[in-house]
Amino acid sequence: MKRLELRDLRKSFGALEVLAGISLHVAAGEFVSILGPSGAGKSTLFQLLTGAIRGEGEMRFDGAPLDGARFAFMPQRDALMPWRRIIDNATLGLEVQGMKRSEARERVAPLFAEFGLAGFERAWPAELSGGMRQRAALLRTVVQQRDMLLLDEPFGALDALTRAAMQRWLETIWRSHRWTALLITHDVREAVLLSDRIYVLSERPARIVREVAVPLPRPRTESHELAREAAAIEADILDTLLGRPVPINEHPMENRND
Amino acid sequence: MAVWYDPLRGGEGASSRELSTIGESGRDGQSPPQGERLAFTRTFANFFPAALAFALLLTAWELYARFGGIAPTVLPAPSRVLAQAWENRAALADNTLPTIRATLAGFAFSLVAAFILSALVDFLAPLRRALFPLLIASQTLPLVAIAPLVVLWFGFGLLPKILLVALVTFFPMMVALVEGYAATSTEISQLLAAMGAGRWRIFWLARLPSALPYFFAGLRISITYAVVGAIFAEYAGAAKGLGIYMLSAKNNFRPDLVLAAVAVSSALTLVLFGLAVLVQRLAMPWENAKGERAGPGGNRPSGEGRR
Ligand SMILES: Nc1ncnc2c1ncn2[C@@H]1O[C@H](COP(=O)(O)OP(=O)(O)O)[C@@H](O)[C@H]1O
Ligand SMILES: [Mg+2]
Repeated sequence: MKRLELRDLRKSFGALEVLAGISLHVAAGEFVSILGPSGAGKSTLFQLLTGAIRGEGEMRFDGAPLDGARFAFMPQRDALMPWRRIIDNATLGLEVQGMKRSEARERVAPLFAEFGLAGFERAWPAELSGGMRQRAALLRTVVQQRDMLLLDEPFGALDALTRAAMQRWLETIWRSHRWTALLITHDVREAVLLSDRIYVLSERPARIVREVAVPLPRPRTESHELAREAAAIEADILDTLLGRPVPINEHPMENRND
Repeated sequence: MAVWYDPLRGGEGASSRELSTIGESGRDGQSPPQGERLAFTRTFANFFPAALAFALLLTAWELYARFGGIAPTVLPAPSRVLAQAWENRAALADNTLPTIRATLAGFAFSLVAAFILSALVDFLAPLRRALFPLLIASQTLPLVAIAPLVVLWFGFGLLPKILLVALVTFFPMMVALVEGYAATSTEISQLLAAMGAGRWRIFWLARLPSALPYFFAGLRISITYAVVGAIFAEYAGAAKGLGIYMLSAKNNFRPDLVLAAVAVSSALTLVLFGLAVLVQRLAMPWENAKGERAGPGGNRPSGEGRR
């Protein structure tokens, strides 16, 4: 069942054409990624979805034109409020929805363990490491209990090792919650590890150049067998993004290092 | 126990181990006494040069006034100022209280006005363009000329003092607040908007807290002008107050008492400044958490990146 459906979405900033007709859909319980180079217009697409800006084209949710409060949005940087303790950052969305702070805290508190934040409820964001901040931001996102998650490069600012750990962690908790999610990333491996389907974007002006299904079973981090299959999909997508590498035998003069 | 992210194991294992370490010894593992001693040493190291310079200056002045053949009616020695201040302590205290009252009342008025006006300006951009030239012009008015006029218009009561203190303290706080609102992270604003927050909600939840550091920077500047503003107002006309006390001491050829009143007003400003710093610390506890990390010795027991 399709939940989100976009048809021929377009957006220009003055003379700068950013989105040149984006059509995609996300089904219930599906994890979909949008993979594209930096500056392609990925964040702009999310701004259209959250209503921060307006563009042309059709946006439908459950068959009806999109109305405001469908998405829980996680912006590109964690956007934690430095003046709120972690628990109060986590309750922010619920407070905006009109819930009392004490009630919101009760709702949020049990999730801290699962998000690897137990014991840090009363810490300030400045006291947390980068990975923990991202988990706190994700916690703030999922507790809003909207129909769908929009995650904009959630791990983009982390170092490679932390990012790998966070991707595995997200895959693990996603399996137990099955949120309907749309993830923006420029990390091919991240997209393959987490997604059921991937839309590959061109450079700006962005259009969808390819749709890739990722039929690998979950969990995807358990066996090296799966890792090899994932690597094949990854290489295939990279070819789409960068063009196929020129075979070695067409360059007889080139030295081989291996 | 050294814990490091193990790339051969799942993220689950890594994060739960990282957690258990922190849970056991993490935040409690910080030893506050050590931190306090360090803070004390640092504070002492910060203030020592200033105290030394001040003491040297006073000593030089004392020696010059005593042995330089200068009449005490022209330049009294610090010791004489101190002795006369003590002798006249009742009169001094009697005249200090109205100055404190005028300072605090004027400052409170200015504070409230700065908050209300800055919020209005934040919501209505045209108002900002209308008001700011006026506000900047207000800062060019020479206080010496304005003070007697304000007293002429509003009498010898508290009101002209409040207005003059507000005139000199309002601007730095107003500018700081307006700039502080503008410094709000766009991502936080967008996040709140996506959550369904309206303009007023965003102002309250994001713009106002974002402006706090700016506001306190402005407040610290303002508060050093406040006492001087009140004294100027009293100088121009008052029944009681440090300003009028200085005036009459000068007219009676008592520079020692003028200087005693000056010392009192300086002390007053220093105390107010210290209070402002204290309030800032209390109002922004997260600032103290910066640079500190949860975990023993400030080390993160994990391979996670830091910002
Ligand atoms: N509000 C805006 N006004 C003008 N240009 C914008 C605006 N927002 C984004 N852009 C431009 O649109 C392009 C795509 O930006 P963005 O969607 O943030 O890319 P990314 O795919 O890296 O998330 C960039 O060239 C950016 O400069
Ligand atoms: Mg982006």
